[in-house]
Amino acid sequence: MSPKTLYDKIWDAHVVHEAEDGTCLLYIDRHLVHEVTSPQAFEGLRMAGRTVRAPGRTIAVPDHNVPTTPDRIRGGMNEESRIQVEALDRNAKDFGIHYYPVSDIRQGIVHIVGPEQGWTLPGMTVVCGDSHTATHGAFGALAHGIGTSEVEHVLATQTLIQKKSKNMKVEITGQLGPGVTAKDITLSVIGKTGTAGGTGYVIEYCGEAIRSLSMEGRMTVCNMAIEGGARAGLIAPDEKTFEYVKGREHAPKDEHWDSALAWWKTLKSDDDAHWDKVVTIRGEDIAPVVTWGTSPEDVLPITASVPAASDFTGGKVGAAQRSLDYMDLKPGTKLTDIEIDTVFIGSCTNGRIEDLRAAAAILEGKKIKVKRAMVVPGSGLVRKQAEEEGLAQIFLDAGFEWRLAGCSMCLAMNPDQLAPGERCAATSNRNFEGRQGRGGRTHLMSPQMAAAAALTGRLTDVREMMAAPA
Amino acid sequence: MDKFTTLSGIAAPMPLVNIDTDMIIPKQFLKTIKRSGLGINLFDEMRYDDKGEEVEDFVLNQPAYREAQILVAGDNFGCGSSREHAPWALLDFGIRCVISTSFADIFYNNCFKNGILPIVLPEAERDLCMEDATRGANARIEVDLEAQRITLSDGTTIPFEVDPWRKHCLLNGLDDIGLSLEKAPAIDEFERKASADRPWV
Repeated sequence: MSPKTLYDKIWDAHVVHEAEDGTCLLYIDRHLVHEVTSPQAFEGLRMAGRTVRAPGRTIAVPDHNVPTTPDRIRGGMNEESRIQVEALDRNAKDFGIHYYPVSDIRQGIVHIVGPEQGWTLPGMTVVCGDSHTATHGAFGALAHGIGTSEVEHVLATQTLIQKKSKNMKVEITGQLGPGVTAKDITLSVIGKTGTAGGTGYVIEYCGEAIRSLSMEGRMTVCNMAIEGGARAGLIAPDEKTFEYVKGREHAPKDEHWDSALAWWKTLKSDDDAHWDKVVTIRGEDIAPVVTWGTSPEDVLPITASVPAASDFTGGKVGAAQRSLDYMDLKPGTKLTDIEIDTVFIGSCTNGRIEDLRAAAAILEGKKIKVKRAMVVPGSGLVRKQAEEEGLAQIFLDAGFEWRLAGCSMCLAMNPDQLAPGERCAATSNRNFEGRQGRGGRTHLMSPQMAAAAALTGRLTDVREMMAAPA
Repeated sequence: MDKFTTLSGIAAPMPLVNIDTDMIIPKQFLKTIKRSGLGINLFDEMRYDDKGEEVEDFVLNQPAYREAQILVAGDNFGCGSSREHAPWALLDFGIRCVISTSFADIFYNNCFKNGILPIVLPEAERDLCMEDATRGANARIEVDLEAQRITLSDGTTIPFEVDPWRKHCLLNGLDDIGLSLEKAPAIDEFERKASADRPWV
């Protein structure tokens, strides 16, 4: 048998039908649904008199639109958002799919809820009408975002029409330095390959620095595979993965656990597998990074200065100038001299318990110097755990707002938005123009770096705040 | 889905690289539960100022391009979010074809589901299209999907590649859910085998 990558193995295990030209019908094990990209799909089903083929494999949760303020249960939602959330309520009920309503403590960002509840398992195919579905790749699942027409296709057939992508290996060797996180890895990869560097590929992240990451960190890395243009990002499952999954509500139990584990242990790329593209980065070469522009590829170490448009070539010259104008930055300014107004900690990239612990460790006993700062936990359960661990009190004492779970200011569909010109240190995944609110300016970074920025009121090298090892 | 066979129309130049789906249709317009009516908000934050007035120099506000049916764009068009509202907004405005050197994967897929043809060209050929597009309403570009050929206003022809299956679906306006449902016996068979092999899924 010819050697295979992890992607090849998962793909092969899910092909329902292959046409002569290589177009495949791929079986989908898990379909996650949220309120923004699904109403038209359910409407399409109704109009065609179709039904949901596998409701037991379909999980819905409202996250994009929901307010994160405590009054949301009492109806603190605008009319349009309310209609969308109510449509999801109705669709989940009518079609008999698993549902976590806003009132359920398990509600949260769909990509945090899936793994938390044990819906996401190694070797699965997972899709959702959301580009950050790549997150689930951290479990060695083939997971990617789809459009609403494809949501409808999966609802009706439990399959997707797909052509296979190419294989790309991203190896992070060695160890990360102090203050360097999974977020710095994933941003640094995009900084190196560009936002189209992964187009046409599925990425497998590997190497010692990836192995050393927790499951939370691995989810952060895979989450942003889409920002590098890749269809999906994967990490081979290992003992950490199995440990994370074991005992979760929808994870296999008893004899099923043993047979699942036996298969999961085969889910790794063969030593002599073929890679169409290989990128290698030394863990030791990765610094805490921030973005300066309006594309996730605009990544620089925090010790650097704002570039000039003339530092770039081709179409990027104009784009860089547009970014500098939009971000109101002057070339040559030290990144650590950029003052910020707002800090946002949360999102499917960095809204998990480990992220909150890391930020709280920087903030403990200190006060923020920014106009506003908010923590939006990724799920109700993350929120509860953070309260039990005393993290919530640290955030509140520092001057942060402590919110309910949702996507919030990552895409600003709910009331959590930046005002024009407002500058934000954000742990989310996109710094596009207007992403966090029209005219808002976003700098992406890790939770530690966002916490450090909250304390100084400017972009800050978190390493300066970390206690020297004894 | 409407068929796509041939198109002869005005092409609008958008040379910016990395035009993302937040630019194409900002998030505040994703609250709709319909597919239609998004054309008015296409490129909303570039097209209108803070007061909702048209920005005069934005390409689709210029008299020559208000009826554009083709966009010629910079690299990596459609990156970012999976929102199908992006192709819905383009279609509702009247855009049926986008020409670039590269597209983000999900956006590219979404186009084909909505009767929009995304064409990938090498940089030099894309630049020829861009140059033609800058001539405005007098320059009509022709796109022939069957022949896989673009004809510029001076008669220059440029061939392009497209996946045969997707071409077939576009040419015939096929609903691929219906086609996949015809494979229901194969799906049933897969489920039987998978539930034996991986009963925990």
